[in-house]
Amino acid sequence: MARWIPLWLHKLGSPPTFYRFAGALRPWMLALALLFGLIGLYGGLVLAPPDYQQGDAYRIIFIHVPSAWMSMFIYAVMGVAAFIALVWRIKLAEVVAMESAPIGAAFTFITLVTGSLWGKPMWGTWWTWDARLTSELVLLFLYLGVIGLYHAFEDRRQGARAAAFLAIIGIINVPIVHFSVNWWNTLHQGSTVNLFGPSKIAWDMLWPLLSMTLATKFYYAASLFRRVRTDLLALEGGKDWVRKIAESEART
Amino acid sequence: MSSLQTFLAMGGYAAYVWPAYAVFFAVLITDSVAPRLRRRRVLRELRARLARQSARRDRAQEARDPAHPTSSSP
Repeated sequence: MARWIPLWLHKLGSPPTFYRFAGALRPWMLALALLFGLIGLYGGLVLAPPDYQQGDAYRIIFIHVPSAWMSMFIYAVMGVAAFIALVWRIKLAEVVAMESAPIGAAFTFITLVTGSLWGKPMWGTWWTWDARLTSELVLLFLYLGVIGLYHAFEDRRQGARAAAFLAIIGIINVPIVHFSVNWWNTLHQGSTVNLFGPSKIAWDMLWPLLSMTLATKFYYAASLFRRVRTDLLALEGGKDWVRKIAESEART
Repeated sequence: MSSLQTFLAMGGYAAYVWPAYAVFFAVLITDSVAPRLRRRRVLRELRARLARQSARRDRAQEARDPAHPTSSSP
């Protein structure tokens, strides 16, 4: 592997470098999120035909499934970042883990509410204690636990370490959410879209779903970058590079 | 029924589809506004702290050498 790659990664881990890097990328991430979001919404709400069984109610899939994927994806990112933060004490990894939690909680909340709104007309109930729904609710509580523990300490870095520990333990729940529909007999349907092998969904419905998936991924990047930048300013308040930013933004 | 009305009716499922989309956007907009406000607050507090620090430095300088106060004080 080229030698500049580890060096570049090492540099990127330093707060001022990452601050600039994230600031440069963020507008592009947000633009891509909006672009894929608009394309996906148009495809999903206007172009895609109604489902032969569920009619138009199935259109909730275009926000429900991407949000559910994000709820697990963000948890995995948070878990890995928390592990790096605990083992190598890298400040940036700590910040990435702690700032991922509110975004993950937001997507988990969306998943639960949209799922409930979809369940009422299709299953006849807002909620049922089925394995998929319950494990997703546990995921929300794990996110809230990480956020709460982080803020429960006077010293932010001490709080981050405690919360990182919880985040790592909680990662056990991610495969449970994913495989719950195979391991248990659930009211929730099995997976429709498969990474390996054929998906059980028409192309007209699949491409808006994938577009929305990309949109939520880019949205996460944009939101994370903004949150991490703010957190770095707060954490490194006494440093020169932050002082310069504070002074230059006062003049504008 | 016009095509827009058909679209908004969502085949009779409007009461479920549109609230779902509303929640999706409301939550994500909240998620993107919150850090913007926080960033503004962090920078404001930082500037206040810097101003206090430089004021304290100026006072210390004046106490040592009353004839030549620093020029940086406003």
